[in-house]
Amino acid sequence: MTNGNPYQDDRGNKDRSITNPAGQGSPMPRSKSGKVTSAPGGPFLIGEAMTGGYGKGPDILHECTIAVERGEIAVIVGPNGAGKSTAMKAVFGMLDVRSGRVLLDGEDITALTPQDRVIKGMGFVPQTSNIFTSLTVEENLEMGAFIRTDDFRDTMTQVFDLFPILKEKRRQPAGELSGGQRQQVAVGRALMTKPKVLMLDEPTAGVSPIVMDELFDRIIEVARTGIPILMVEQNARQALEIADKGYVLVQGRNAFTDTGKALMADPEVRKSFLGG
Amino acid sequence: MDLLNAIITLANFVIIPAIAYGSQLALGALGVTLIYGILRFSNFAHGDTMAFGTMVTILFTWLFQSWGISLGPLPTALLALPLGIAGCALFVLMTDRAVYRFYRAQKAKPVILVIVSMGVMFIMNGVVRFIIGPNDHAFGDGERFIISARTFREMTGLQEGLAIRTSTGITVITAIIVVAVLFWFLNKTRTGKSMRAYSDNEDLALLSGINPERVVMVTWIIVAALATVAGTLYGLDKSFKAFTYFQLLLPIFASAIVGGLGSPVGAIAGGFVIAFSEVTITYAWKKVLVYALPDGMGPDGLVQLLSTDYKFAVSFIILLVVLLFRPTGLFKGKSV
Repeated sequence: MTNGNPYQDDRGNKDRSITNPAGQGSPMPRSKSGKVTSAPGGPFLIGEAMTGGYGKGPDILHECTIAVERGEIAVIVGPNGAGKSTAMKAVFGMLDVRSGRVLLDGEDITALTPQDRVIKGMGFVPQTSNIFTSLTVEENLEMGAFIRTDDFRDTMTQVFDLFPILKEKRRQPAGELSGGQRQQVAVGRALMTKPKVLMLDEPTAGVSPIVMDELFDRIIEVARTGIPILMVEQNARQALEIADKGYVLVQGRNAFTDTGKALMADPEVRKSFLGG
Repeated sequence: MDLLNAIITLANFVIIPAIAYGSQLALGALGVTLIYGILRFSNFAHGDTMAFGTMVTILFTWLFQSWGISLGPLPTALLALPLGIAGCALFVLMTDRAVYRFYRAQKAKPVILVIVSMGVMFIMNGVVRFIIGPNDHAFGDGERFIISARTFREMTGLQEGLAIRTSTGITVITAIIVVAVLFWFLNKTRTGKSMRAYSDNEDLALLSGINPERVVMVTWIIVAALATVAGTLYGLDKSFKAFTYFQLLLPIFASAIVGGLGSPVGAIAGGFVIAFSEVTITYAWKKVLVYALPDGMGPDGLVQLLSTDYKFAVSFIILLVVLLFRPTGLFKGKSV
């Protein structure tokens, strides 16, 4: 790792009998939350004109804007390396946003840490390492509800209703499940906080087409319960079909923004991103 | 041939001491494995953390003795143990605040923390010697034996005696209680589960609203408690000397690695594997063999495989063999 911080250089050490690199956290832009200011109006969740990158590295996002309205599904698509996941992380506070701001439900939350954004009602499912593999399915869900002090058993029942296979495998370590089941655990974990908005980073990555269709159905089901969903997807066509709003990112910039249907119909978008 | 006396001798000189030593190593290895699993580095200061906790316990034991407070047949040190744990936890938390927290905030690679812990080790080493001195201290009081060799002989009429020392009994009982409470805590409580979650995936733990600093704090407190209990039990069984505790680091690490670093069950199993190997290999088997073998076939020599001076070689060899042939340890820890 050559990001200029000498402490993050392991000097070639691979000796696992003295060091345990598994599950180590990544650097976050801030360790303490700043102030939240009121910013009424606008969409439910918006990352507005965000410019930023990782650590002291170069900018990856350039004036990038993504938003989701209440009761809608917004989808971010684009070619590899377009900054889709990065934009998502920026909205969640896992990336240094050097200019621009993030608003949630009429409040400016740009200065909050990711964990405080969870408390504000954001749920996030990362693309990889999105479950606790050594914990059982049930414990994964319990950890999802960690910030809740009230009784969360009814929420767990709801999650089990949504993903019945998880109820069957509740006592099994989550790491032993199949790819599609793991994604269900990941989404379930995020739903346990009763989030006001759910952010999914490529929920269908690495699963079979049949499982993918099923996952999309479940995501629509979650959206029907009134939770707005912001989602990054590789399968642009399928994702735009269910999207109320679509964002096409190219090299960290907004290339096209429209409703899902309009983007599907746009000849230029079709030619460049949907394979004709 | 006299098998009964052979078994009694074996129990008296090998099995019982190894069980006590194994329990002490297991408690020490549990602390090492918790730090490895949750804070992600091998804590070289663990031996000296044990020494520090034991030192505080001894100081309070002396204070209680000077006040004339005692537990009757049990050692006064048990009364001082909670205070020793508190003192050790306080010191370890201060160390974390002053030293480790900085590196954590930098997301320093674990190997840096290993080296940092070595620095902490030297400082703790010095602090302990500065306060209590480098000499041997025996601080056990109360009844010395649950069953003494002579009572046993009189009771059974056998030639050999089987002595069970109070410290051995206390060691085993305390170890069982501590391990049971620890496993209950890690598997059943909300905080314990959050520690396992943090160990598994730090970023996701953060996204679930688990406060990393709290997890780290609870881990240090538990580790301080385990280290103090292990150190005090070892001190009651043998005696307290700062340098001996520093040397305990090797068998403790061997235990943790043999069992599988990061696996609490492994740490316990590893502790007993190391203890039994060390005791059996350095024990002079002559007496047992004389009883066990037919008359006249008993060996002339001591039948001691290795002098006790070389007991650390045993840990070392086991460590090497495990790292060569089963690097994840007996219980599939995280090391490779």
